[in-house]
Amino acid sequence: MSNDVQTRNADSSSAAESSDKAPALIPRVDVLEDDTGITLLADLPGVPKDQLVLKVEGDTLLVEGTLAPLTPGKLEATYAELRLPRYRRSFTLSRELDAERIDANLKDGVLRLRIPKQAHAQPRRIQIQTA
Amino acid sequence: MYETMLNFPGSLLGELERLQRQFDEALGAPGRAASIRSVAPGTFPAINIGNTPTSVEIYAFAPGLDASKTEVTLDRGVLWLAGERAAELPDPGERRLVYSRERTTGAFKRAISLPDDVDPAQVTAAYRDGVLHVSLARREEAQPKRITIQ
Repeated sequence: MSNDVQTRNADSSSAAESSDKAPALIPRVDVLEDDTGITLLADLPGVPKDQLVLKVEGDTLLVEGTLAPLTPGKLEATYAELRLPRYRRSFTLSRELDAERIDANLKDGVLRLRIPKQAHAQPRRIQIQTA
Repeated sequence: MYETMLNFPGSLLGELERLQRQFDEALGAPGRAASIRSVAPGTFPAINIGNTPTSVEIYAFAPGLDASKTEVTLDRGVLWLAGERAAELPDPGERRLVYSRERTTGAFKRAISLPDDVDPAQVTAAYRDGVLHVSLARREEAQPKRITIQ
């Protein structure tokens, strides 16, 4: 237990490309929807911008981040609540969402994703015809 | 059908062993004393603590904080971390749906008992990428020292 933080961080850069099998933490998220799209907020503390990977494959959105090694380097871990150096979570998008125009912003360890809806999928009021 | 339900990645026994380990870690091995300030797993923020020969390093994984409103206090050998995280959820009148709501919001406070050799005058705190890093130097006289033989 005590060595986990250090040893796993040491190889974190090579693991950034990610094997799907590597154990990872599941980040906590908030998902909100409004008329024009979906907003996803994810907690990824310790992940710098260049270690964050966002991928859309088919209808699956993958969020993956690797923690920056803790400084100073020569650290003997005595207590660890966070024991894995990476986060991973995937979501299934639905068809009316426009995966091409996802907007991402990472600030202070909070990832904010804006997934807009396709223009034709935005709400319009449907008139009821009376006979 | 039932057979495939038992096919875990890895082996079932391996999974059970992992579960047992997680339970032991979460609940504490029976008979062992816990710290009087120990908290339930999953408490926000998660904290990692490490030692170097010259310092004690504390990392609190607390994303989305306003650093100016976060308090780090050292009081009689106990380090307190306190702050607040604003909710990003919509106003009731707004036309927004909330599906997932897992992120912690609101005020938090955590305490960490420090070893005796920490020097209260030499503490630095930095906030980067959502990690609050507090570095506490050990007292000079407590640091390892090479003694020359006369």
